Amino acid sequence: MQAQDKTIPRFKTSIDYDKCIKCGRCSVNCPFGVIEFDREQKKPVIVDTSKCVACQRCAVYCPGEAISIEEYPVAYAPHANWTPWHIRAISEQARTGGVLATGMGNDRSYPIVFDYLVWDACQVTNPSIDALREPVETRTFLGKKPKNLSIKEVNGKYVMDDIYPNVMLSTPLTVGHMSLGSISYNAYTSILRAVSEVGTLYGTGEGGLHPSHQAYKKNTISEVASGRFGVSPDYLYGAAIEIKIGQGAKPGHGGQLPGEKVTQLISDTRGIPLGTDALSPNPQHDIYSIEDLKTLIAALHEATEYSVPVGVKVAAVNNIAPIASGIVRADADFITIDGFRGSTGAAPRVIRDNAGIPIELAVASVDQHLRNEGIRHQITLIAGGSLRSSSDLVKIIALGADVGMISTAVLVAMGCKLCQQCPTGKCAWGIATGNPMLGKRIDIDWASKRAANLLRSWTADLDEVLGAMGIDAVDSLVGNRDRLRYIGPNPHEAKILGVQHAGSRVEIGGE
Amino acid sequence: MKMDQQKKFTIDAEPQGKKLHHKELNEKIRKAIKDGHTWITLNNVSGQRFIGAGIKEKVTIEVYGDAGLDTGVFSEGPTIIVHGNSEYLLGNTLNGGELVVYGDSWDITGMGARSGKIFVMGEGGSRIGIHMKEFKDKRPVIVYGGRVKQYLGEYMAGGIIVVLGLDYSNAIIDPKKPISKDNIDPKKIKEHQGDIVQSYLGAGIHGGAIYVRGTVPDKYLGIYAVKEEFTESDKETLKPILERYSELFNTPEDLLWKNGYTKVRPISSRPFEKVYNSTPI
Repeated sequence: MQAQDKTIPRFKTSIDYDKCIKCGRCSVNCPFGVIEFDREQKKPVIVDTSKCVACQRCAVYCPGEAISIEEYPVAYAPHANWTPWHIRAISEQARTGGVLATGMGNDRSYPIVFDYLVWDACQVTNPSIDALREPVETRTFLGKKPKNLSIKEVNGKYVMDDIYPNVMLSTPLTVGHMSLGSISYNAYTSILRAVSEVGTLYGTGEGGLHPSHQAYKKNTISEVASGRFGVSPDYLYGAAIEIKIGQGAKPGHGGQLPGEKVTQLISDTRGIPLGTDALSPNPQHDIYSIEDLKTLIAALHEATEYSVPVGVKVAAVNNIAPIASGIVRADADFITIDGFRGSTGAAPRVIRDNAGIPIELAVASVDQHLRNEGIRHQITLIAGGSLRSSSDLVKIIALGADVGMISTAVLVAMGCKLCQQCPTGKCAWGIATGNPMLGKRIDIDWASKRAANLLRSWTADLDEVLGAMGIDAVDSLVGNRDRLRYIGPNPHEAKILGVQHAGSRVEIGGE
Repeated sequence: MKMDQQKKFTIDAEPQGKKLHHKELNEKIRKAIKDGHTWITLNNVSGQRFIGAGIKEKVTIEVYGDAGLDTGVFSEGPTIIVHGNSEYLLGNTLNGGELVVYGDSWDITGMGARSGKIFVMGEGGSRIGIHMKEFKDKRPVIVYGGRVKQYLGEYMAGGIIVVLGLDYSNAIIDPKKPISKDNIDPKKIKEHQGDIVQSYLGAGIHGGAIYVRGTVPDKYLGIYAVKEEFTESDKETLKPILERYSELFNTPEDLLWKNGYTKVRPISSRPFEKVYNSTPI
């Protein structure tokens, strides 16, 4: 590497030797090769700050709180157009000629629609519910609902016609798909344990379910994606099946699990040889149209004897509303929409940062479109990408989703600091790594408790909000956009959301 | 188990002239399996989809007529024999068992297959064997007796594909009867003239091997696919496959080995290794 190939480091790691106890723990903890420890030196912590990614592992584990990490204090000559970000990207592209890959969700500064929404509460004209003492229903059911119930008598028993398989969720919150491989065995097991304790579902991701995880099967959504990794007849009998067409972080793109991450564990789970690239093609080659999708949904229904709900996951893109309509007409039992801020273990940066639309607009548009067509009741709508807080969850439900889906938030609960190094597999927190030594940094008991607590906390928040809104069941909040108000700068956006501006009142007999 | 020791059951797929829906047909098949039948014959099949979907039992399902889309999809155990044609997606995500078609089977046969064997006597369309994979003793096999179209073995991650380029159009003894082993005259099997595979052969292949009888022009090779010398070890690999093919379709083994084979394999098990750069910016 020539000197000109180098860029200025992103972060500066410094050691305060007044506080340093010279234990060397920082060096052991850093998987990125920033810190070396040589006891014989006067200043034993040797820092190569150019490799620092600000994952904070060393700083958190330093017993003396002697480590500080800051942005590297070198100024770029001011230029509003050619930002340091652009200069760095070009430098890196010029060095290798390759596609810049990254992890986690879109980190660019687009406006966030969630932050322009506020919700309503009961005052005088309607009573609120005291959620701590009075019942507020947060359970919901995933699956197709009949248009109306018809009950008939068969052999002296009353049975209902046209009942489709449904799965009960204790909370309108699921954990999105993160495959074993994209995250470590311990992280994966922790999430499985958390969802089974809370009574909700976790997406298996593409790659099948490891034999040791079979006990959690009824808390998983089995993903059938373009690579068909790990798809066996047994695997299809999870709580639900999801055909993955797209992912919010990389709409139109498939996936590559690089060979170095295909360890024995992953090889056993996916059913592929050690060390080969696990490539998921961009399209599913048996789906080139809505009709083809209908065929695959029917095949999955047929293979599971109509006992498991089959859904379709799509990324939020321009024409998401008619696409969703097509998916309903293809007999899906649920649709998962992943917004353009959704996360990934690895994606081309150019796609992650630019493709797709915000989930808030996508959900509002899909919900309204399906209502207009009279088919909204037929499916459960799951939305994610990205929900950062319980307030985002409340807002996405009010905009039209039945269920919110979170992934990054769960990883953050387990220690993730959003350093975006997932594709390197070097995760210092033991999450996005295939290295078993790093993976063991996740203590399953601790992490599963943290993840379960997060799910419970958001559910409790939802409970409180529903009570204050005077709504006694979360299903009554779904698509209840009248309870939202818009406080952002763009009236056109409010119109697409179907939300009135704050200060507007309900128009009786209006439009 | 020999055929006469099997517990047999016959299902009419079009009773009283009314064609059964695939849901009804599969329900009947599953019930027959549950009742302990091991050889299930389906008569009058006319394009019903998903025959044998997701079945794990090691039974034989014999289909008379033309099978529809997704025959044997997600299945793991059964032998499905089709005396007729099979539509697209034969053996989609197949996990085991054996699928035999005495006819043509067009696009995307064996998509994502993880194990099992597929033998087709006739012609095939595009993207056959796309993204097949293999693992330990699970090594899927697809054999086409006739010719196939573009993108054979695209994204292939494992397993074996064989294309023979044989023409059975004059070899059927009694065209009015369903095609079966006994209805093929081995002396009248011909060889197709011209190329039996087409362009984008093995595009993106990163595992497994494709064997084409005769020669393959270089212009047909897809990205990351290369030709490799056909060795003794390849011969050992092909031997049991061709023996089985010969037995199923009453085709002389001499004819199957005539003209030799061209082997196509991946240039690397990690073709896209250098495309991505995850250095943070």
